[in-house]
Amino acid sequence: MSPAGAPSRLSLHIRQKSYRAASGGRLHVLGEISFALPSGQVAALVGPSGCGKTTLLRIIVGLDRDFEGSVELPPHGRLGVVFQEPRLLPWRTVEQNVRLAAPQADEAALSALFATLGLAEHRRHYPGELSLGLARRVALARAFALKPDLLVLDEPFVSLDAALAARLRAELVELVSRRPVTTLVVTHDIDEAIALADRIILLSPSPARILADVAIPRPRTTRSADELAAIRDKIACSVES
Amino acid sequence: MNLALRLGSVTLLLVAWFAGSHLMGARMLPEPQAVGLAIASEASSGALAFNLAVTLARVVVSFAIAMALGTLLGLAMGRSALFDRIADPWLVALLNLPALVIIVLAYIWAGLTETAAIAAVALNKLPLATVTVREGARALDTTLDEMAAVFRFGRWVRLRHVVLPQLAPYLAAATRSGLSLVWKIVLIVELLGRPNGVGFEIGVAFQLFDVTRILAYAVSFVVVMLAIETFLVQPFERYVSRWRAKPA
Repeated sequence: MSPAGAPSRLSLHIRQKSYRAASGGRLHVLGEISFALPSGQVAALVGPSGCGKTTLLRIIVGLDRDFEGSVELPPHGRLGVVFQEPRLLPWRTVEQNVRLAAPQADEAALSALFATLGLAEHRRHYPGELSLGLARRVALARAFALKPDLLVLDEPFVSLDAALAARLRAELVELVSRRPVTTLVVTHDIDEAIALADRIILLSPSPARILADVAIPRPRTTRSADELAAIRDKIACSVES
Repeated sequence: MNLALRLGSVTLLLVAWFAGSHLMGARMLPEPQAVGLAIASEASSGALAFNLAVTLARVVVSFAIAMALGTLLGLAMGRSALFDRIADPWLVALLNLPALVIIVLAYIWAGLTETAAIAAVALNKLPLATVTVREGARALDTTLDEMAAVFRFGRWVRLRHVVLPQLAPYLAAATRSGLSLVWKIVLIVELLGRPNGVGFEIGVAFQLFDVTRILAYAVSFVVVMLAIETFLVQPFERYVSRWRAKPA
């Protein structure tokens, strides 16, 4: 699916990852996983809860260096991360939280970003004054504001009600289509993955390895219900085979 | 309302003092107005302002040194288990060394100098500041640390926007207990080896059995410290906790 000759933004080769368990012995969490994301691609990592998705993300963003294998990111590339929890600084306002992560962002770009995410009137609020939905929007704004070379999202819409999650998902699609950014989103929700991604990488239960790697035809916004059902069937087939 | 409560509480203290003075006799406990007159006469000669300023300067300098070093040490010990194990016995030793021993040794080793006086006071406060900040450093939120790491916050940004706001309540606690402790130790240092300051004046008054003058200096300095607490420490605490939702 990648445009020919586009440089890859993320290239991952993991041989294995294990933890030392509290009871002694080693806990094998990741098996062999290799894939590369070409520039501008939106990929979804889908797998059952507890399969090691978050561990994989922590390795990719550099928070976990204790594994066998290698991760290649563009040199000096900027990384935008949306964690499962918003992880905002409670003692800084919404705007300060975003500006601290993206000090070079100009006012026009920030205003546009805040407007798209419905945060315009919350710029001076502190995170403690926001609902979870709003706080997650701030976390999205923070990751987008620094114009990342690679955007990584870890279950960004978990524990929101379905309607709100759908709206945020639509906002994310809008942001990504406005300024294409190589994106890796982790989710356990296959429908969310189909709604967001160009490519779905299915992971097995722990220790995770790749079960299937399915490309989805673009464009995201015009997929009909029939097409979505067909994609689901295709994924189901590839899991069984 | 707040001010009225404070004033009422101070009035009650004065009434109790007045009653005590009549019970014990004016020689043992002079009346508040006699102490007030003594403060006025010391103030008009300029001696009060001079001695208060000298003592306050010693308090500020030794407190600043102790807090700065204590914050650095506390952070290091709270974040590194290895450093904590190495430095902990030193900390326990310093915590349990009586203030008087530190002061006397400082004067013997460095002479009756200003440096020895300031160092002795700072050394007395240092372990307490370290222990308090260490608790704060142990409670630092690792999820925010990770956030700062992936967004590549610089060292200074991390310290100022991620670490210090989390340490603020601990620093406020160390400041509060620290200021009152430091000024008490400064007085002993002045009594033992300085030619000026509130402690020196109280030493002279002790030899003359002049309770009025002892109280005049003690009350004046308590007023100064109360002003610092009200106009510096409390507003600072309100400022650093402005982001917390206020109870309605």
